[in-house]
Amino acid sequence: MAADRNQSSRNMRRLAKAGNGITLCLAMLFICMPGAWIVLNALRPTVEIMAKPPVWIPQRLSLEAFTAMFGAVGHGGVPVWDYFRNSLIVSITSTVIAIAVGMAGGYAFARYRFKGKSGLFLAFMLTRTVPGIALSLPLFIVYARLQILDTHFALILTYVALNVPFTIWLIDGFFRQVPRDLAEAAQIDGCTRWQAFWQVEFPLAGPGIASSGIFAFLTSWNEFALASQLTRSVASRTLPVGLLDYTSEFTIDWRGMCALAVIMILPALALTFIIQKHLVSGLTSGAVKG
Amino acid sequence: MATVSLEKLVKRYGNVEIVHGIDLDIADREFIALVGPSGCGKSTTLRMIAGLEDVSDGLVKIGGETVNDLPPRARNISMVFQSYALYPHMTVRENMGFSLKIAKRPKDEIDRRVAEAADILHLEPLLERRPSQLSGGQRQRVAMGRAIVRQPEVFLFDEPLSNLDAKLRNEMRTEIKKLHAKVQATVVYVTHDQVEAMTLADRIVIMRDGYIEQIGTPDQVFSRPATKFVAGFIGSPPMNLADATIAQGCIVFGNGDWLPIPTQYAPAVVVGQKVTVGLRPDDLYPTGHGLHSGDAGDVHQHDLKVAINEPLGNETLVFVEFAGREWVSRMLNPRPLVIGSAIPMSFDLSNAHLFAADTGRAIERTGG
Repeated sequence: MAADRNQSSRNMRRLAKAGNGITLCLAMLFICMPGAWIVLNALRPTVEIMAKPPVWIPQRLSLEAFTAMFGAVGHGGVPVWDYFRNSLIVSITSTVIAIAVGMAGGYAFARYRFKGKSGLFLAFMLTRTVPGIALSLPLFIVYARLQILDTHFALILTYVALNVPFTIWLIDGFFRQVPRDLAEAAQIDGCTRWQAFWQVEFPLAGPGIASSGIFAFLTSWNEFALASQLTRSVASRTLPVGLLDYTSEFTIDWRGMCALAVIMILPALALTFIIQKHLVSGLTSGAVKG
Repeated sequence: MATVSLEKLVKRYGNVEIVHGIDLDIADREFIALVGPSGCGKSTTLRMIAGLEDVSDGLVKIGGETVNDLPPRARNISMVFQSYALYPHMTVRENMGFSLKIAKRPKDEIDRRVAEAADILHLEPLLERRPSQLSGGQRQRVAMGRAIVRQPEVFLFDEPLSNLDAKLRNEMRTEIKKLHAKVQATVVYVTHDQVEAMTLADRIVIMRDGYIEQIGTPDQVFSRPATKFVAGFIGSPPMNLADATIAQGCIVFGNGDWLPIPTQYAPAVVVGQKVTVGLRPDDLYPTGHGLHSGDAGDVHQHDLKVAINEPLGNETLVFVEFAGREWVSRMLNPRPLVIGSAIPMSFDLSNAHLFAADTGRAIERTGG
């Protein structure tokens, strides 16, 4: 009897495990579908992309879209390298600045008491409620007056402003998780406040700061609406705006667009992959009792 | 040589004053315990000594030098935190050597001093582990190791044992006592546990609501509490305290029960004076089951009803009804008692305490 019961409960567990696996697979399929579809479409001819009913299994794969993309303008070529460079410069610079400001601000919010703190914090959060696109016209007018349209500087400024409230909010949370005692212990151990921050608090909040960095980078890297208004030429156009090169008056080159989108995804994917290994949670466990 | 002195030390947060101008002189190599209920200002005082809190008013001196404006790192102190505050991203070895690394000491010196400290605290097998891989007691020892590696002049302990279970706490208490004997530094030890204070300290500072109630050796605060508060705080189980009025030749409690005036207080009190009578459980016992220290003439007998008893093996705590409340008494060589029955109880009044009912201060006694 007991053996039977054990056997049946083991079977139940196996069944539950299998069900769990299947559910996860379905969910992953659903999540990955758009990405996979883009990669797939970059590799197959337009007729197949546009076919109705859809062709699920590709008949013919080729890298033509990619070769054309890097080819001469007029033969399907787009200035990929310029867009790529612009995107990198704008995203990396704005991320670094947003993280630096976010760290200073987040630390201040987490550790210091000052007048109007909660009001200020709320104000930062409220800026997140303004849709970015609503800012495009005012920004356009101001930047035009300042004559900084179509420059890296204009985009960097915009993205820093968009990202800073978010990074402050995230990083504040991560510093709050680092027990205050640790910085105090470090100060007693001979550190200045500055040293205590870099030696103890920063390494512990590091994974959190890195993840805020990813968020800020991806926001800047993928942003389209504002960039499309504030850029004019290859001098500052970023990759998402570059996708528009594949649209013309009557047609859209879906294959080319997907190919460029793949190019766009790669660095973001690589960055996330590299950093996520360092996003070890629970690093502070064992600092204080528990 | 590091004496620590606090002169008229005040701490305010905004308009709220937490510590009200306390004075304290701590001798070199003395072990001082700051004890009091939570919120009494003891931790704040310790943090002011450490330099982690600004001093609102008054002076903190270490080794005769005013350190009010010195950062913690310049005060030559070590501190053991209640939470241990070990650096989670460093191994035990790195934790212990951190202060020396910051001070840019040569590597072989760091290794040697960490090894010495590890030897004292039996931490050698744990040196390569991280704090998350240690038990509570081990973390506690590492925290102490980190403190002694620095070879400070003053050790500050902020309730270091309160996160440990009872058995471990007793063990670590002994370790701290040994440690003090070994390292010969001045120690300021904050605790809310009066047993820790009594067992460890050379002198105890009892604090309440930001004031110092009494400073004295464990024996002094136990046998000569300066206030009703100290009397109730020090000693376990706590002293029996009951309000009463002095009458002709006796002390009368609210419900009419009475005790003779203890001889040591007889000249100091006047008829009609409101007092609080204090009697330790050791000085109230079922007749024949206690030790009386004074004159046999000072032992007064009453038949009292047993409300409840708590056997502890070698002794039993007997709660008896007297003066309208329960008094706890200590019964040595215990025998079975029937709850609700009346038994003869002895009041050893030679050790009784009288406090002024209004101020709570001890009334001057004469003679013994």
